[in-house]
Amino acid sequence: MKYAGLLVMPAGFFLSIAAILLFPEPTFRAAFVVCGVAVEAMGLGVAIRGHMAPKTGRHGHAFVRGIEGGEPHA
Amino acid sequence: MIAFSAPPLGEVSLALALPLLLLASLAIAGVALVNAGLGRSRSAAQSILGSLAMISIAVIVFALVGATIADGAAGPGHVFHFSGKPWNWAGTGPIALNGLALSPMRSQLALLFEFLALALAVLIPWGSGADRWRLSAGIASAAVLAALVFPFVSHWIWGGGWLAQLGLNFSLGSGFLDVGGAATVHVLGGFSALAVVWIAGPRRGKFPKEGLSTAMPGHNAVYILFGCLIALVGWLAWNMAGALLWLGAAPSALPSTAINTLLSAAAALAATFTVTRIRFGKPDASLCANGWLAGLVTSSACASLVSPPTAIFTGLVAGIAMPLLVEFLELAVSIDDPSGAVSVHAAGGLWGLIAAGIFAPQPGQFTAQLIGVATLLGLVLPLIYLLFALLNRVVPFRVDPDGERIGMDLHELGGGAYPEFVVHRDDSYH
Repeated sequence: MKYAGLLVMPAGFFLSIAAILLFPEPTFRAAFVVCGVAVEAMGLGVAIRGHMAPKTGRHGHAFVRGIEGGEPHA
Repeated sequence: MIAFSAPPLGEVSLALALPLLLLASLAIAGVALVNAGLGRSRSAAQSILGSLAMISIAVIVFALVGATIADGAAGPGHVFHFSGKPWNWAGTGPIALNGLALSPMRSQLALLFEFLALALAVLIPWGSGADRWRLSAGIASAAVLAALVFPFVSHWIWGGGWLAQLGLNFSLGSGFLDVGGAATVHVLGGFSALAVVWIAGPRRGKFPKEGLSTAMPGHNAVYILFGCLIALVGWLAWNMAGALLWLGAAPSALPSTAINTLLSAAAALAATFTVTRIRFGKPDASLCANGWLAGLVTSSACASLVSPPTAIFTGLVAGIAMPLLVEFLELAVSIDDPSGAVSVHAAGGLWGLIAAGIFAPQPGQFTAQLIGVATLLGLVLPLIYLLFALLNRVVPFRVDPDGERIGMDLHELGGGAYPEFVVHRDDSYH
């Protein structure tokens, strides 16, 4: 699935390029370029999902950052 | 076809650009310190040595190979024609910087800017691969970026390539604008970081099969926060030098660029401070540092193009979004990014580039910026991933489990950064 996502992303790029070649009118141009970026974002989403670590148990997480040695936020 | 005509620079601008570029290297030092601090203590020496080694290899490869492609001043460049428009996709500079000393000072300064930009770009993924990315693989990836990715992106944007000429060929504002390297440095580096964390995978024990994700906090808040202060000096100089070289800004416009840079970072820090204070009860030092850097990254795109209130706004947005994105990437999509480079550099850079389009006065500038973003997302990210995935087959990215257990310092260098301390037990290894 990750490769499918990565293949969709160039399609969005070519859609954006096609927009500036095909549409002289600025509003249409901008709208189709936005569509191209949206396609890329969908491809990125698919690629991210394809790289997610499989989970078998409880899905709840606590976000923890802080500094080593200190008491982390949870 | 004529060679790319760079903005003309006066004597004062040329005289200012050189010291600004020398100061800009402090941004690199700051990011290297932040990377080291956000990694674990048993990988700190490898982190700093790796930064130096990656920079060394990257600049040598760029001098020998990449500068030829990136060059925009020496000739008309490689151009193909499609749909009646010229598409300048690569430069035709001299091989191995031949005749550099005889080239105009402006060209030499632009080249120095590109060297520094490359040095910073290759450091960004290094922090994301902390504690498991092998030194040799990091160096090899820096060479790949310097030879095959950065030169093209740099030429397209700074060397009169097709993105820079969007204004001329398609009446899209002033073409794609990236004055301080938000695209060329930060988005490229952030996407490299994403590719590295995908290919190398999370640190062992970070995402157990069941239960909560494991906390693996950075080891030195002083490195992280002092790195941010050093980075500020570098960024101020960086954005001013970029405004001179790529925008042709007058010296009188430089103070406002510096003020916008500072405002953007300050607003981002204030926003992250507030968000983490609300979410965790106390402000988180490492996330606040990331917020500060996200504000600086955002300013790279738009500090010389927007007004001070807009700089504050762009910084605020970056500072609010960054900690939420770090949390989302870690918890929702299992991305183990110790330095937060994907959120700080990739997302911050993309936001800055889009904001530069939203707030620019020229018609069509927003579309030009979006096409730049589309190129980075749709072309550059898949290319980096493909190149890194191939490289991983030749030089495996991930250290073996024993190396990860004892730490990268002992495993790769034979000694730790803090030899007087005993390496403590880590609960993530059983």
